[in-house]
Amino acid sequence: MKRFLTILAALSLAATAFAAGGVDGAVEKQALNVNAIVMFLIFVGATLGITYWAAKKTKTAKDFYAAGGGITGKQNGLAIAGDYMSAASFLGISGLVYTSGFDGLIYSIGFLVGWPIILFLIAEPLRNLGKYTFADVASFRLRQTDIRTIAAAGTIVTVILYLIAQMVGAGKLIQLLFGLSYSTAVVLVGVLMILYVAFGGMLATTWIQIIKAVLLLSGATFIAFMVMLHFGFSFENMFHSATEIHKSHTKIMEPGGLVSDPWNAISLGLALMFGTAGLPHILMRFFTVSDAKEARKSVFYATGLIGYFYILTFIIGFGAITLLAMDPAYFQKGVASMVNGFQTIVSDTNASQVLVGDKKALIGGDNMTAIHLSRAVGGDLFLGFISAVAFATILAVVSGLTLSGASAISHDLYASVIGKGKVDEATEMKASKIATLVLGVLAILLGIAFEKQNVAFMVGLAFAVAASVNFPILLLSIYWSKLTTKGALWGGTVGLISAIVLVIMGPAVWKDALGNKEAFISLKNPAIISMTLTFFVTWIVSKMDNSARGQQDREGFEAQYIRAQTGIGIDGVSGH
Amino acid sequence: MKANIVEIVKNSPSYQELIAKRTSFSLKLAAIMLVMYYAFILVIAFDKKLLGISLSGGVTTVGIPIGMGIILFSFILTGIYTKRANTEFDELSEKVKEEVRKAGE
Repeated sequence: MKRFLTILAALSLAATAFAAGGVDGAVEKQALNVNAIVMFLIFVGATLGITYWAAKKTKTAKDFYAAGGGITGKQNGLAIAGDYMSAASFLGISGLVYTSGFDGLIYSIGFLVGWPIILFLIAEPLRNLGKYTFADVASFRLRQTDIRTIAAAGTIVTVILYLIAQMVGAGKLIQLLFGLSYSTAVVLVGVLMILYVAFGGMLATTWIQIIKAVLLLSGATFIAFMVMLHFGFSFENMFHSATEIHKSHTKIMEPGGLVSDPWNAISLGLALMFGTAGLPHILMRFFTVSDAKEARKSVFYATGLIGYFYILTFIIGFGAITLLAMDPAYFQKGVASMVNGFQTIVSDTNASQVLVGDKKALIGGDNMTAIHLSRAVGGDLFLGFISAVAFATILAVVSGLTLSGASAISHDLYASVIGKGKVDEATEMKASKIATLVLGVLAILLGIAFEKQNVAFMVGLAFAVAASVNFPILLLSIYWSKLTTKGALWGGTVGLISAIVLVIMGPAVWKDALGNKEAFISLKNPAIISMTLTFFVTWIVSKMDNSARGQQDREGFEAQYIRAQTGIGIDGVSGH
Repeated sequence: MKANIVEIVKNSPSYQELIAKRTSFSLKLAAIMLVMYYAFILVIAFDKKLLGISLSGGVTTVGIPIGMGIILFSFILTGIYTKRANTEFDELSEKVKEEVRKAGE
């Protein structure tokens, strides 16, 4: 506890210094920075208070990994929504709607449709079979060491890819919003996340997610409300105005370039739908509730909140087309003249001029859509609030990711694979804290290393790995009686390697990130190949597996299935 | 879990009813989700213009209510499943647990 207080004191000093620096450094945007920084400091203060409270309550491994199992379905629903509504989805999707209209909605839908699938197929068995990580479930009747190794590999790869994308996004966003340097921002995010997770465990992480989800949903609701108020609560009015001003006119009301051909469309759809059901930090949330009933409620609330949030981002993106165009202050020069009349600027064919809806038209790029709009509808104070919320969102999401990565390292790799299950609880908890620290430092270093890289593909790859490794192993271990250790191990390995190799050979890395002229394959997301491969290899290897272990794996299915379906065996019902 | 418990549960009519009902229900709902989503994706892949048809003469296209509808409908489906599972399925599963408890005495 003492150690915690010392770090807290050091951090608050650092925070004061950085607040002062922010005011001195960015004179021209002083008002913006002060508001945002004060509100952000309040958030950090509150979350560190929560971490202190949670640290006192976190005594056992169950507390650390699963908040003692005492989170309610409603709270967990909010926390899941918090985990899922990243800054990338808030700023990225509203920006995508701003530039491409309907395409933003296609993206949102892809991110949402995995949730019902999680509820119908995964949530209950997961709660009934697992303790702390999804590897608990996958290795329930299979050989611990093998399955935990491949599940942990899937988890760690997903978490690191996701973390890099978040850290790079965080650095750039904070640079833009607060006037901090990129590396300061990345270090700040990393240090706070290590504190939250190492000391407060799942309890602190959960409450930080809940607070952030409430703040983000309230903020987005207010922006969307002000947009609708402007248009007299008529969607038709909003769309009409947007199509008049936007450079693509009525094209923004229908699907555009996002989904180009059937194969890419199906592949992206698979990755989004089943990747969601394989994200380790999401799956881990189901162990924080008491039983299957609460697990179901969690998904119900989470789906509602996430769906509502995506509808808000849609309104925000469309509203921004009109509302931002009324004030040249939000645009790079060249768009300014349109204030005099939308028609003139839209009909202007001068190529050097930037038009409404151009990616680069807004100051800071299209990702700043929601941020600029917050100022347009709520003034500088509200802009400060939304900036602070965006920062808080990043912190909460990286904390959840780090916790799930650290759990895979300490619970699956250290305690089960290396320690063969003979590690005592105190040592395992110590290992999880060290793992948190290592992951945090790694995230900071990778965040800094990837500053200038194009990391857009990383979230897509994270989803592809989750869909090609974690999801198939989890699904088959729960439902397919003939699955064997060997099958799952081979299938998972092939899925992991093929997903990574196909992404590297594809347009996102080979062409866009590495700057080569042509990619080897035109598939943007590998899921359709890698996920199919995982299922196929798992099936064929399990079928051909004649080993004694394989026989044991199959025999274990019945008892596992009963527990997955009813929960018998968890709570001492069979305790004789 | 002891082998005799597996036998008791396996032969329990309540358990068999639970498994039959829940499996068919969740598979049906999952199928609805998959069909709905992939129908949407394939329409976009093969015939974008279909979603660009004007809804009622204005600029609002049919794609807008369809897209929003998928989000809303996904949420409704989770509600339908949660409602039935939290009442009917949980009652059945309680019955099975009760039978196991009795057999253990």
